[in-house]
Amino acid sequence: MSVTPDIEVPKAPPGFLRRLVRSPSGAIGLIIVLLLIFCALFADVLAPYDPNKMGSGGRFLPPSGDYPLGTDEFGRDMLSRILFGSRITLIVGAVAVGISLTIGMAVGMIAAFRRGWVEAILMRGTDVLFSFTETLIALSFVAVLGPSLQNAIIAVGVAGIPFYARTCYSAALVETSKPYFEASIAAGARPTRLVLVHLLPNVMPTMIVVATLGVSTAILAAAGLSFLGLGAQPPTSEWGYMLAGSRDYINRAPWLMTIPGIAIAITVLGFNLLGDGLRTSLDPVERK
Amino acid sequence: MTALLSVTDLSVAIGSKSLVKKVSFDVASGEVLSIVGESGSGKSMTAKALMGLLPHKASATGRAMFDGMDLLAPEVQPPRGTGIGLIFQEPMTALTPVLTIGLQLTEALVSHGICNAGEAQRRAIAMLDRVGIPSPADRMRQYPHELSGGMRQRVVIAMMMLLDPRILIADEPTTALDVTVQAQILDLLREIVTDTQIGLILITHDMGVVAEMADNVLVMKAGKAEEFGPVQRIFAAPEADYTTALLDAVPRIDASTSRKPALAEPLLKAGGINKTFAKRGAIFSKAARYKALDDVSLTMHRGETLALVGESGSGKTTLGRIIARLTEADTGTVTLNDTDLSALYGRELQDKRREVQMIFQDPYASLDPRHTVGRTIAEPMIIHQELSRSERSERVHELLEKVGLNADMAQRYPHEFSGGQRQRIAIARAIAAKPSLVVADEPTSALDVSIQAKVLDLLENLKRSEDLTLLFISHDLAVVRQIADRVAVMRNGRILELGPSAELFAEPRHPYTRALIDVAPVPDPTRKRGKRPVLQGDYPTGPLSEIGPGHWVAA
Repeated sequence: MSVTPDIEVPKAPPGFLRRLVRSPSGAIGLIIVLLLIFCALFADVLAPYDPNKMGSGGRFLPPSGDYPLGTDEFGRDMLSRILFGSRITLIVGAVAVGISLTIGMAVGMIAAFRRGWVEAILMRGTDVLFSFTETLIALSFVAVLGPSLQNAIIAVGVAGIPFYARTCYSAALVETSKPYFEASIAAGARPTRLVLVHLLPNVMPTMIVVATLGVSTAILAAAGLSFLGLGAQPPTSEWGYMLAGSRDYINRAPWLMTIPGIAIAITVLGFNLLGDGLRTSLDPVERK
Repeated sequence: MTALLSVTDLSVAIGSKSLVKKVSFDVASGEVLSIVGESGSGKSMTAKALMGLLPHKASATGRAMFDGMDLLAPEVQPPRGTGIGLIFQEPMTALTPVLTIGLQLTEALVSHGICNAGEAQRRAIAMLDRVGIPSPADRMRQYPHELSGGMRQRVVIAMMMLLDPRILIADEPTTALDVTVQAQILDLLREIVTDTQIGLILITHDMGVVAEMADNVLVMKAGKAEEFGPVQRIFAAPEADYTTALLDAVPRIDASTSRKPALAEPLLKAGGINKTFAKRGAIFSKAARYKALDDVSLTMHRGETLALVGESGSGKTTLGRIIARLTEADTGTVTLNDTDLSALYGRELQDKRREVQMIFQDPYASLDPRHTVGRTIAEPMIIHQELSRSERSERVHELLEKVGLNADMAQRYPHEFSGGQRQRIAIARAIAAKPSLVVADEPTSALDVSIQAKVLDLLENLKRSEDLTLLFISHDLAVVRQIADRVAVMRNGRILELGPSAELFAEPRHPYTRALIDVAPVPDPTRKRGKRPVLQGDYPTGPLSEIGPGHWVAA
């Protein structure tokens, strides 16, 4: 009897990267983020001047051929400072998100896998942390640890944990109730195998998207702390701090405030677009 | 008789992809046309084209004459509701959850300007009464979620009939419903067709439903009409090979069975199992729990296939899961080969789990999407056996071939496979563990009937070659009849009848079993179509007593 060919195998859908680049937001986001990484990696080569060298050409010079983005109140080259700032910005984003992601995912996955009282303690604890605004948590952390860029990163990272824990928890709950997971339990898989081999790879796509979107939030939060004088300290070329430092000269040299602001905005936009593109290309439903 | 709707050369395409190819059929008033086919045959697309509800970018060509107009002509707006009504598979999607039933029923009447609000109210109540909904005036104030699936489908039918259509299109109207409810809805639809002389287009995959309902049948495959003709002729002397194959693949509840239960030693004993679940939304009250299983005991013999049969909510899946220890029972023991599984925990349990494997209903969620098929099948071996990499992959290839797939498919990912193939892979994973008992929970109900037949064959063969004992959970009596040696009928957490398959089907002793067998649609149009008995709520559920060798009935 042959009604339907049962053995025929359909063609594999296009690869992940191709799908990402095919969506406009994914492509633009990827270009912006890659450019940013390029700037950060080759800041030494690309920057025309030492970012901390003062008064070489004069203070408050408007953008010109020699100083494409002008100079600041100490006569430092803005372009060089922005380029070196991208380094710090990326490190801030990556490390802060890394802290929130690692701890948040561990909490979320353990809660979803173990259930019972473990789940109750972890998730209710997360709820409590959630009820404070992230800025407040970050501020109190810096207040205890003292203002420095390093502490600002830790503060932003810790403040982000509840969000990642919740997201990971709900993603993991969905996976643990699926038949493939139960089939693995029925096969006698040990808890470590269940979590690392089945759960982790299946919540990862969701978490990658969330983390990419989270990078921009972390960058904004760290820039905010630096703006308040609680993060990067002079003479570090950090965008948030540069924004704060130029406040007094907004009438005299408006580019001093505009340029770091635009840099932050473009970076945030880039990560948001990339996150958006990742979401569509990692979603198996969208693949078809 | 002149046709109410006459379709000629209907084609539907999205871009260059053709979904329906030159399909022609007629529907006369007072007549039921069944469009039957497997998934992807284009049967739903045909209906959507008639309603002007095609997805974006799809276009229809051909002619569909209804009431002097061509429904497929670009300038024509099909008379949805008033001329042609549509009933969907899932009644919940056809009703808005946030509005009362009364409002949804009267809305169309008022907005079409057929009558005023007071008159609409009166007509709606009369129509609810007509479709067999008790105390219709009270129902008008209720919301869809307060009604059962069958009641909702009745409301949808009432909603459509209120607008007095000449043709009703029902797209798998009973597929989401239990078999007893399905029988009632089918009876209702036929009554409506007889009384109002509308034309009914019934889209279904179920040959049993076709045989019970249809006057004419259109068999579709891959967008093409394979055959169109009167139902008796189609069943008695099908012209297309595909129709023959389709009919052969349908499991028959009235087939003869020569199965005899094996008289082997007991393998599994489940005793005194109770399980309650909390009712949704009941946090503060301990009393708000319902019994999923109520003191259930069961013995399985080595090498037999025991089927658990019941409607949704009968507890059959819960019992299967408790035996596989995926759900914890409140009380009771599960003993396998003299080992009390219910007393094992942690590592001891993990080591013993190999003995009982499970096959799930949903072939799409059964396999880890991020693992290759080979890795999925190898998992039980990785956990339990010390095999070298090459030994393992050799065994995976062997298993793939055993379940009818190619060895080189091991490198592929689940999303590259069809539903039937995935179910084969899930079966391969189950037998990779070398279990003594396999619990199969509706393993074929998500599959097309031709694929179902092959998967059932596969299970049957593997059972013999791998020396398995099979616990087969299903709502489909015809499938059960084909595969089971013994059958246990469950309802509301109790076993009502348990006996050898042949005896139980030939001479059902419990009234509920009898009713279940009576309402199941039989793919034979020559059988008398009478109004079937309505399943009443109360059945004896007392302790089982033996009325024949190995045949137990609840008193």
